[in-house]
Amino acid sequence: MPSLSTSKVNDFVVRFANVNGTGSASANFLFTKSIFRMGIPVTPKNIFPSNIQGLPTWYEVRVSEKGYLGRREGIDLMVAMNPQSMAGDVAAVKKGGYFLYDSSKMLHANYIREDINYLGIPLMEMCNAAYTDARQRQLFKNIIYVGALSALFEIEFPVLEQLIAEQFPGKAKLIPPNIQALKMGVDYVQANFKHPLDIRVERRDLVKDAIMIDGNAACGLGAVYAGATVAAWYPITPSTSVMDAFADYATEYRTDKTTGKRNVAIVQAEDELAAIGVVIGANWNGARSFTATSGPGVSLMNEFLGLGYFAEIPAVLIDVQRTGPSTGMPTRTQQSDVLEAAYASHGDTKHVLLFPSTPKECFEMTADAFDLAEQLQTPVIVMTDLDLGMNDHVSPPFEWDDNRVYKRGKVLNASDLENIQRFGRYLDVDGDGITYRTYPGTHPTKGSFFTRGTSRDEYATYTEDGGAYQRNMDRLIKKWNTAKTMVPAPQLIHDKNNKCEYGILFFGTSQYAAEEAMELMRQDGIFVDALRIKAFPFNQMVEDFINTHEKIFVIEQNRDAQMKSLLMIELSADPNKLISVLNYDGMPITADNIMKQVTKKLLITQD
Amino acid sequence: MSFTRPKFRHPGLPKNKLGYTISYYEGALSTLCAGCGHDSISAGIIQACYELNIEPHKLAKLSGIGCSSKTPAYFLSNSHGFNSVHGRMPSVATGANLANRDLTYFGVSGDGDTASIGMGQFVHAIRRNLNMTYIVMNNGCYGLTKGQDSATADHGSKNKSGNVNMFESIDLASLAIELGASFVAQSFSGDKGQLVPLITAAMAHPGFAFINVISPCVTFNNNVGSTKSYDYVRQHVEATGTIDFVPEMPEITTEYAEGTIQGIRMHDGSVLQLHKLAQEWDPEDRLSAMNAIKNASAKQEILTGLLFIDPNTKDLHNLINTSDTPLNKLDKEHLCPGNAVLKDINAGLR
Repeated sequence: MPSLSTSKVNDFVVRFANVNGTGSASANFLFTKSIFRMGIPVTPKNIFPSNIQGLPTWYEVRVSEKGYLGRREGIDLMVAMNPQSMAGDVAAVKKGGYFLYDSSKMLHANYIREDINYLGIPLMEMCNAAYTDARQRQLFKNIIYVGALSALFEIEFPVLEQLIAEQFPGKAKLIPPNIQALKMGVDYVQANFKHPLDIRVERRDLVKDAIMIDGNAACGLGAVYAGATVAAWYPITPSTSVMDAFADYATEYRTDKTTGKRNVAIVQAEDELAAIGVVIGANWNGARSFTATSGPGVSLMNEFLGLGYFAEIPAVLIDVQRTGPSTGMPTRTQQSDVLEAAYASHGDTKHVLLFPSTPKECFEMTADAFDLAEQLQTPVIVMTDLDLGMNDHVSPPFEWDDNRVYKRGKVLNASDLENIQRFGRYLDVDGDGITYRTYPGTHPTKGSFFTRGTSRDEYATYTEDGGAYQRNMDRLIKKWNTAKTMVPAPQLIHDKNNKCEYGILFFGTSQYAAEEAMELMRQDGIFVDALRIKAFPFNQMVEDFINTHEKIFVIEQNRDAQMKSLLMIELSADPNKLISVLNYDGMPITADNIMKQVTKKLLITQD
Repeated sequence: MSFTRPKFRHPGLPKNKLGYTISYYEGALSTLCAGCGHDSISAGIIQACYELNIEPHKLAKLSGIGCSSKTPAYFLSNSHGFNSVHGRMPSVATGANLANRDLTYFGVSGDGDTASIGMGQFVHAIRRNLNMTYIVMNNGCYGLTKGQDSATADHGSKNKSGNVNMFESIDLASLAIELGASFVAQSFSGDKGQLVPLITAAMAHPGFAFINVISPCVTFNNNVGSTKSYDYVRQHVEATGTIDFVPEMPEITTEYAEGTIQGIRMHDGSVLQLHKLAQEWDPEDRLSAMNAIKNASAKQEILTGLLFIDPNTKDLHNLINTSDTPLNKLDKEHLCPGNAVLKDINAGLR
């Protein structure tokens, strides 16, 4: 019998190959959550089609004792439930790995490999015998294979029982049939296979107080905590669930129990242009307002983002990046909107960007984005991606300081206006480039002004005078420089024991793989410092990091090395110093991939 | 450039209930062409706000891009104004309205801004019944870019260069009625007597109030052969009737002959007294309003006046059940669930 090179406890990858729309998602999540509940770090990735029903979909679960939460290549066990994708699924299994399939029908000879192990379970036959209803046969088939996996991997059965009970609150009737289905899987394994396998799990206490949530829900929750009251959006994968989560949490925590009235307004707009227009209008009128979209939506929002920048209106935009250009691969991940977002719109524009890496940062940076947008009176874009947004992640728990105040920025009220000789909407009173604004309705005779995307003077009066236009543009740069001191500083991972000539630089979801790659490189005697960028405009630390290292590997998930371009444009960084490590196949970047590219490029640079 | 208006006014100017003279409702001097229909409409807006005792700072004026969209600078200088993006005023107005339901929202647009680039936003603002007044200053052409036909130019109308429009025109008033607008009126910039009460009624209406105002472009579309010239419109205008807007009248006591005068009680207690000229038409019946427009159109008449009204309409806030307190007045205590709740949320995610 072929075997994996070593037996592995809490260190393997399982991939589920399913048919979209067959109810596999909740069964597969049950599997993931059971491992999480056993205290073992686990990271699932959905690899799904742009389809409602019928096309192949995969769910990949990495179990890692060491806490590596990035994706890893190489499948140790394949749960092959989709005949359509079976040829590729067989080929994807690592030598010595396992192939679990429905043996109700004989496996085609083409799918037989000598170097892997086959675990045939007659799932369809078992379901046909046990259930009469077609939908039940389908759904319980998924639960039966989870039961089988629990026996193969030694997942504690009471953990699964508990999860099933939690899944159906108030529907006690549904619990026993699910437990029964799990047991059918367990029983079959016990009667037919040597178990547990050489890959298995063992209870640990490694996840501590961590939570499991996707980044989109975290963004939605962050917006509730930040006091967003007006939200507008247009449905687009992979951002839709940001607004779903915001609506759910807002409905729960912002509804008056007696009147049913809600302290929130959510509008599904006719398109992304309208969505950002609503956000601009609401923020102009003093409400915290945001939208969520993906790359194509950002393209449509360009004109308004330019207006927001020039007319100086706060706005928060969550960009859940996906693979472009155009419709690209709408259900695959990428970090390819960096340049689009940084310079969105015509004319001289620049936008504040935040780059979260974890759900916790999605929560925090969304909340911070509202403060920054209002303090800087400009659009702020939270740059997450499909991997972070739509996959569940093990994350530190969310925290909220009840003493935190909403930083609403420089807004004058009626008594402030009384004490001012003449209000100048675009007058730089404090010398930081940030001027004072008023909300409509503040004062009968003072403080009104005319907002426009066209040139105006310090008192918001229309003018086509070149000098006035230039003064304003220069002040906007002064404000941009102020922003550098306000956005989150990067995270520096400094190798204390070694003087490193090389540095790696990354952002967003590349963090998981980059940190794992650093560990792998250390084992090979390659030591590097690392910097994780959290925001644009770049903090001084980014410039210092580039200046103090000979070569910088810039890791990013797009073809055109967009962050490298941004570093070159904004910091005049020497392009010869910046070596790109890229991944743009739509799958989350892996540590192996980074390691291979860095090693190869190191050899070249040393030659 | 903006030019401020001279401050000097006749000392005996009458004051409204708030103690303001009409000059308090004016804006900067217009930079539109002399004789532009839009300036007459701006004057109508000023008059209507004065008569309605509007506090200018409690009104927000919004527009898109174009000649018409410049006009908010020329009225109500004590109101916040927003000259937004071409065709996108409805979305900005939607956001502003959602943020603060206590203000009055006044939107100005043009035929290019509404019937072409902004058609999508226009129809969806109607669908949502946003509580605002939406005026289209409709001249059938693009003035700022030197007179190209717009989508409201009538089929067969001749422009200044002598070209005859071969495309069908979009009738915004019919469209608004069709889409479910709760207040639709049509007027002519040259008929201030009709326009002012229509604007006051529109502003009192608790939902989306649309007024399509034919407003000739003196520079590019006032020639012989144009169906949007002063001469043509004057000759072809046909009113549904005249209206008087009576604020907060306790009850209608006037007796009137069936079919000649109709009293429509507005949401806030005010009353629209309608002196009907078109007898077969019922302003509270959508189909009847559509027929009246089509019948007039068949006779090459432009039907003006109030066309349709649903006085008991529910606006967007009522449809989505937002709090009575404007959303922009809510503070952290009302909005943030706090750390204790967050701990529960965390617990539910383990």
